[in-house]
Amino acid sequence: MFGQRGSSRSRVALAGALSVGLAFSLAACGDSDDSDSGTTDSSAAAIDCSPYAAFGDIKGKTVTIYTGIVTPEDTPHKESYKPFEQCTGATIKYEGDKAFETQILVRAKAGNPPDLAFVPQPGLLQQLVATGKAVEAPAETSANVDKWFGEDWKAYGTVDGKFYAAPLGANVKSLVWYSPQEFKDKGYTVPTTLADLQTLTDKIVTDGGKPWCAGISSGEATGWPLTDWVEDFVLRTAGPETYDKWVKHEIPFNDPAIVTAFDAVGGYLKNDKYVNGGLGDVKSIASTTFQDAGLPILDGQCSLHRQASFYAANFPKETTVAEDGDVYAFYLPGQDASSKPVLGGGEFVLAFADRPEVKAFQTYLASDVWANAKAKLSSGWVSANKGLDTNNLKNPIDKLSATILLDPNATFRFDGSDMMPAAVGSNAFWKQSTNWITGQDTKTTVDNIEKAWPQ
Amino acid sequence: MSTVTPVTTTPPLTPEKVSAASTAKKKLTSPWASLAALIIAVLWTLPTFGLLVSSFRPERAIKTTGWWTFFSDPKVTFENYQAVFDPDNINLADFFLNSIVITLPAVIIPLCLASLAAYAFAWMNFKGKNFLFIAIFALQIVPLQVTLIPLLSLYVDMGIANTFWTLWLSHSAFALPLAIYILHNFIKEVPSSLIEAARMDGAGHVAIFFRVLLPLLTPALAAFGIFQFLWVWNDLLVSLTFAGSPEISPITVQLSNLSGTRGTAWHLLSAGAFVSIIVPVTVFLLLQRYFVRGLLAGSVKG
Repeated sequence: MFGQRGSSRSRVALAGALSVGLAFSLAACGDSDDSDSGTTDSSAAAIDCSPYAAFGDIKGKTVTIYTGIVTPEDTPHKESYKPFEQCTGATIKYEGDKAFETQILVRAKAGNPPDLAFVPQPGLLQQLVATGKAVEAPAETSANVDKWFGEDWKAYGTVDGKFYAAPLGANVKSLVWYSPQEFKDKGYTVPTTLADLQTLTDKIVTDGGKPWCAGISSGEATGWPLTDWVEDFVLRTAGPETYDKWVKHEIPFNDPAIVTAFDAVGGYLKNDKYVNGGLGDVKSIASTTFQDAGLPILDGQCSLHRQASFYAANFPKETTVAEDGDVYAFYLPGQDASSKPVLGGGEFVLAFADRPEVKAFQTYLASDVWANAKAKLSSGWVSANKGLDTNNLKNPIDKLSATILLDPNATFRFDGSDMMPAAVGSNAFWKQSTNWITGQDTKTTVDNIEKAWPQ
Repeated sequence: MSTVTPVTTTPPLTPEKVSAASTAKKKLTSPWASLAALIIAVLWTLPTFGLLVSSFRPERAIKTTGWWTFFSDPKVTFENYQAVFDPDNINLADFFLNSIVITLPAVIIPLCLASLAAYAFAWMNFKGKNFLFIAIFALQIVPLQVTLIPLLSLYVDMGIANTFWTLWLSHSAFALPLAIYILHNFIKEVPSSLIEAARMDGAGHVAIFFRVLLPLLTPALAAFGIFQFLWVWNDLLVSLTFAGSPEISPITVQLSNLSGTRGTAWHLLSAGAFVSIIVPVTVFLLLQRYFVRGLLAGSVKG
């Protein structure tokens, strides 16, 4: 009796699976047809093809790209390559993988690297160059970078005096998210100095609110939003020169300047009166995921949330991110209105092949033409490319980021934890900061990180 | 045997002398045991059920409330499934097909090789047989992670990098030690009189293998086939390392990328997960009887 029932049930299951599988394969066939016709129909803006003629006839050649940028951010990337593909007849093969940071090392070591990799950390870039498989950027790319990017950005792509990787995208981390509506209703103004920020915070408390919300949980990377906080405050309380020394370990991690910065962060985040709007007490910072941490702003339970420009994507689709919308961000002010330190990050294009088509594409990616083409297509993306016309950016937060990045008075610094050795930057700094927020004192925290620094 | 008349005082067989199996059955069918089984079944199914409910809820609802709120505020949408099948974006259908193309050879290759090898180890005599068998058995101890980079370099040198061959060969190689061991134990169980009778009738190794052993081996083959199928279908690490191109990546790779660069699209995960578990669940339901039998196949008997 059981056998009977079992077999009839399994027959139903089999039929179901077969029909579903069949439907998928049919859909797969149909899809490829659709996308083929889509490619030919789309009319990407024509560009000046002459810079790529110098690389010879590369028609029919393929360039493979491997990156950690996956859906949905990958679509504008692929679209932005079309002008190049139409110019040269070459094909760009894009592969996005969230495990990029570990897999790229495996592939490079095993001798199976892609033609180009978009590397998000200068530290990883150095590791990849050390495998001996990476090749230097061609002269044309280098010339484009000299023309369109600041010297500091070129320096991040340089290893041992040789220029390898041109900057691609960028993001600004020194931003504080807020609700423009709430600011208008309650008469708050956007602060222009750190002292103003403190005053604003206290004012919100007097009005009966919990001003700040924060969350640092992010799987094995738990703690990284705190390292950004600390880096931002090192830049502000100690200055960019000390910041550089700190990142390069020319001053120890437990230097008094760093302790001051930690305590300045603690003044906001370890104060039960200031946090954690809509989420709980100080300890809830450690258990809230960084994706959810800013959402209480929408419900009016929290007024301020410090997070990078890419946080815009975390708000539900129907949210308007604009200066007069539901939510927007302001620049985390410096010590005074004249100093403008900016903390940020970005990706760099590292090549593992020096075929003409790869060189040509590298040169295209380093040009203002590509930056503007990409700007028109994407939302939540900016570049430090000086040729980028901010009017091409659709998203108001991108415009704000680009304005901050391209401001001649701004002092840009790359995210320090991305440049420190992995044992600190993506391990001790994260973990000790997490302990710090759950009660460990500052002294123990910085001492422990200093101990973890590879000698 | 003897002419002595049996003593009539021998007590008759009492009904208390029941077999162990029926005692077990009696104990297990008590209402309390049934209740316990029911509770466990419900508890274990609940997360999967929640996942199923979640996959039909709108993005905002998934991100702000738990799946149980569905019952007080039912909102059904197919948007998540539409999104994971969107041909211009996530396009799970292509990856689903890749998974099938990867899994079938990766199950058939080790099964063929392992059954032949197991036969040789069980019923053929050759020099160094025991040493070789121990060597193969010992290979199970090697964690496959340490072989990833050397294997990939090997594939690059052979010129088969970025093809399905890398996945088929890797999965086969990783499966073989356990497959040979399990099938060997199974083949060894076959009474030697059966093999000897076949040999008396003039059957060679090939005839013995195909005409005597293979029919007996079917449950073991099916059992290991399910193991291997589930392992390959659910594998992420091996395909992440060796696939190296979206054209040959299985569904698990795309599933791991589904949530987006910064994890902002995690509401799609429940729908994606359901698409991916259809096949393993079907295979398991179809062959579950072999599965239990297969679990015992490698164990020590009697």
